[in-house]
Amino acid sequence: MWRDAALVAGKDLRIEGRSRVTTNQVAPFAILVLVLFAFALDPDRGVLVKAAAGLFWIAVLFSSLLAVQRSFAVEATDGARDGLRLSGLDPAGIFLGKAAAVAVQLLALEVLLGVGVVVLYGADLHGPLLLVMTCLVSTVGLAAAGVVYGVLAAGLKVRETLLPLLTLPALAPVLLAATRAWETALGQGVDSGWKWVQLLAVFAVIYVVAGVLGFGPLLEEA
Amino acid sequence: MARAAVATRGTSSKLTRVLGLLALAGIVTTFALGLSLPRTVEQHEYSRLIAIHPALAEVAYLALGVVSLASLLYLVRRTRSRLWDLLAGASAEIAAVFLALTLVTGSIWGRPTWGVWWAWDARLTLTAILLAVDLGYLALRRVPAEIEARSVRSAVLGVILPALIIVDHFAVDWWRSLHQDSSLEDAKDNLGTPFLVAMFVGFAAFTLLYAWLLVHRFRLEQLEERLEDEGLAVALAERQAEATTDRPRPPVRPELAEGARP
Repeated sequence: MWRDAALVAGKDLRIEGRSRVTTNQVAPFAILVLVLFAFALDPDRGVLVKAAAGLFWIAVLFSSLLAVQRSFAVEATDGARDGLRLSGLDPAGIFLGKAAAVAVQLLALEVLLGVGVVVLYGADLHGPLLLVMTCLVSTVGLAAAGVVYGVLAAGLKVRETLLPLLTLPALAPVLLAATRAWETALGQGVDSGWKWVQLLAVFAVIYVVAGVLGFGPLLEEA
Repeated sequence: MARAAVATRGTSSKLTRVLGLLALAGIVTTFALGLSLPRTVEQHEYSRLIAIHPALAEVAYLALGVVSLASLLYLVRRTRSRLWDLLAGASAEIAAVFLALTLVTGSIWGRPTWGVWWAWDARLTLTAILLAVDLGYLALRRVPAEIEARSVRSAVLGVILPALIIVDHFAVDWWRSLHQDSSLEDAKDNLGTPFLVAMFVGFAAFTLLYAWLLVHRFRLEQLEERLEDEGLAVALAERQAEATTDRPRPPVRPELAEGARP
């Protein structure tokens, strides 16, 4: 299973490395979202600093939708999905591999967006450990949940519109928890922030388990 | 043909008629009890909403529970049956209605007690998220695709539901809590017997209503599926019959007939 996961993750990341869709389209989109927030919320009133954590995670959420859509778009053409199905790879491995590839891209985006939040919004980083842990744990959850919903919507004619409708409500707790943890780490929060990381971990475990168990039947039916 | 298993005319039967009458009687009693409750000092007339609002919420959760249970039974190979999928679909639709009604009655209740139509309270937010999740589930069920593929996908979504509810519950609970304690505890401590009685009659009445709706919706889905299955065959047979029998053909429009003058 782990070997299969590494194979699939390597394949997806190689595709991204060569096609540069993430670096040329998704990353600029994420930064653009940050800039648009600045237009919507006047930077002079200090709203941006206060809201920096939430805006960061909304930008991550939207980018994760694009990353997941991309992750299944590359399987949609040239019968790639049939190839994947016939490859004899463990479905759980395929799931973990695709989720890992999405997670790596999201982590890279989060670093970029983190720099963006500091530079554009003037946010201060107070708790680096909390920041990093929140990012790691919620990225696992976002990637796992994203790939589960991605395969649910894959191959359907209405996938572009269905995916956000399925994904965004399900990711609401991630946005909530990650934002609260980051508020603390950026010096705006009220609690220690760590209990939110625990909740994010529970979320991640649920979707990793759901994906490992459910990906086989879903891939069959896709 | 599955003719025997499916109601041929309509979706009602003796069972649904009894259920429907019981539900109707229950709801009438609930309203009578609710409207005869005494005014309370803090909430005036609005405390009477206790007869319906908690009951609506309870049925919504019951319906979501049925969705995930039926989804699980569909996914397990030994118990897989179309019926579980149809049951999950029927229950999810009713859940959406009751979740929406919960939000509406809660909003009406919240206005005089909290001073706002909508407050970012834990349970309100949870209900709103659940409604969004449920609408997503229903959207997935409406997608044009092979029945089998669609059923497996929606079943997976249905099975994840309880885990999602638990995480959401903690997330919004830690986030903020403005809502009074569960109406049940509240009622036990502060309110008299009439309130409790009204609330429990409400629970029973709306649960009966749920059962009645569920049976009807379930049978309707069965009929819809049969229509899909048999519709094409019937249409083909009809066209063939048209071609082979010398039934009167539709009249040719005279202005298109050969030699017709304008």
